Amino acid sequence: MNEDEIFHLFSLAVASISLLLLALIFVVLVQYTFPVINKMGINYFISTSWNPVFGKEEYGILPYFLGTVLTSFIAILVGVPVSFGIALFLTEYSNKTLKNYLGTMISLLAAIPSVIYGLWGFFIFRNFILEYIERPLYHYFGGLSIFSTTPTGLDFLNGGLILAIMIIPIVSSITTEVLEQVPTEIKEGIYAIGGSRYDVVVHGSIRYSKNGIIGAILLGLGRAIGETMAVSMVIGNATGENALPKSLFSAGQTLSSLIANEFNEANPTSLHPNALIGAGLVLLIMAVIVNLSARMIVSKYKR
Amino acid sequence: MISTISLRVKKKIQNTFLFLFASLSTVIAIIPLFSIIFEVVKNGIKAINLDFFILLPGPVGESVGGIANAIQGTLILVTLASIIGIPIGVITGIYLYEYGREKKSTLISFSVDLLYDLPSIVVGIFVYIVVVSPMHSFSTIAGALALAIVMIPIIAKTTEESLTLVPSTISEAGIALGIPKWKNIIFIVLNSAKSGVLNGIILAVTRITGETAPLIMTSLGSTFWFSGINKPINSLTLLIWRYAMQPYPSAVEKAWGAAFLLLLVALALNLIVKSGGKSK
Repeated sequence: MNEDEIFHLFSLAVASISLLLLALIFVVLVQYTFPVINKMGINYFISTSWNPVFGKEEYGILPYFLGTVLTSFIAILVGVPVSFGIALFLTEYSNKTLKNYLGTMISLLAAIPSVIYGLWGFFIFRNFILEYIERPLYHYFGGLSIFSTTPTGLDFLNGGLILAIMIIPIVSSITTEVLEQVPTEIKEGIYAIGGSRYDVVVHGSIRYSKNGIIGAILLGLGRAIGETMAVSMVIGNATGENALPKSLFSAGQTLSSLIANEFNEANPTSLHPNALIGAGLVLLIMAVIVNLSARMIVSKYKR
Repeated sequence: MISTISLRVKKKIQNTFLFLFASLSTVIAIIPLFSIIFEVVKNGIKAINLDFFILLPGPVGESVGGIANAIQGTLILVTLASIIGIPIGVITGIYLYEYGREKKSTLISFSVDLLYDLPSIVVGIFVYIVVVSPMHSFSTIAGALALAIVMIPIIAKTTEESLTLVPSTISEAGIALGIPKWKNIIFIVLNSAKSGVLNGIILAVTRITGETAPLIMTSLGSTFWFSGINKPINSLTLLIWRYAMQPYPSAVEKAWGAAFLLLLVALALNLIVKSGGKSK
């Protein structure tokens, strides 16, 4: 064996660690989830009861699954239009210098550790949304079921909006990349037949880069699903029946915040850790599906 | 005539709407950035004094003591994780660049992508099962391993990308000189891509410095100094998380102080990466 072959094998061995880790993570999580599914059966996925007390143990993760879906949905609903607006501003209205500065600032949002978002969400943002969003909505539209709970500021809405802020950097940067690749011929063609900038954006850029934008949204969704700390601090940490989304202003829980909040309190001899590990497995599967689809779409746009 | 005017007005309104939407969105996104920086600095600076940096946390609810063990813990965890994660990440990146055309590499590249996408709390659960549970103890090494796993895909991907950016003429020149392939990669190609690779490493270090979720079930946190890699250890992030939720103003103040320190480090490292990227 010559030295190049040794190098080849060595680097292959090291690179295989990632493959090995991924396989192990999946196998180990499945193995540790099995006991709780064995006991609860299908109820583990569709029940709303959650009781770690020994002898009365019952675990159903439906409310937390719905919590993850709802907060991620709010994040996309609010975060995506804002991100798209930013991408438009950077590609259509900014010169190189402005684009550089604004781009850097937006990307700094991604540099802030999640736990600091949580701290800010718990002490600052909470009061803001309580005062200016939740109380007015409750006051005027409290009859609608989505606004029907007495607001506290620690709820699905806060969790979803924090996530919206957190996904802006990734969604806006990819959307910007995608919009930059719209051929000048298409834009100029629309201008040439008397189109306005609005026509260019709506009938040209958006139509041309539809798939790329969908990819960006999915990447944002993947980020929102897996995010833990910030949400765990602002969502109110309800469990069981209480965690079912009743309105935007009700306290809840997501799969990841449940794990963060309960893991250290779980008795290792009970099924409680297994129930939490199972929540992690569901989270893993959701994240993998969303991110894989995003990657397949976005990779077409790279280079 | 009238229809041309109304068309012109309509276009004007549409364009104005588009501009307002774009600029408002940008402003809306930047407000939280400034609010977070402003609040963290305003509330954090009050906690900063000498004791804050050199003392252990005081008894719960009392305003004495500091966060020195959390600073020490973050430094130790990040260093250990880097020692494990950086070599594996860089070599994986080199493999993907050099042998990326092999069949096997597709699978590895796919795993690196998936590992990159994993919620970090899942990594924490995994390390809990394979390290904490058999050792019957939360530990520094478990925390460091979890952080290393978070680092590996980030570094592997950025290393591969930076190597791809090196002009093929450089690598061909090395081959033409008759240098063995591995020396060519390490000493010539990797050397030319050094600033990009370094940026990736700083990016990964920034990311794990701010990680909390995978540490909850691995290194746990502690109120004492570091006392061995088989014992729990504190970190800035865990301290912020736990203290923020306590009903004592003195604890909350320390959480803001720790956040101030952490944010300073995260933003500084991030700006280093940004300016490094521009000079290329």
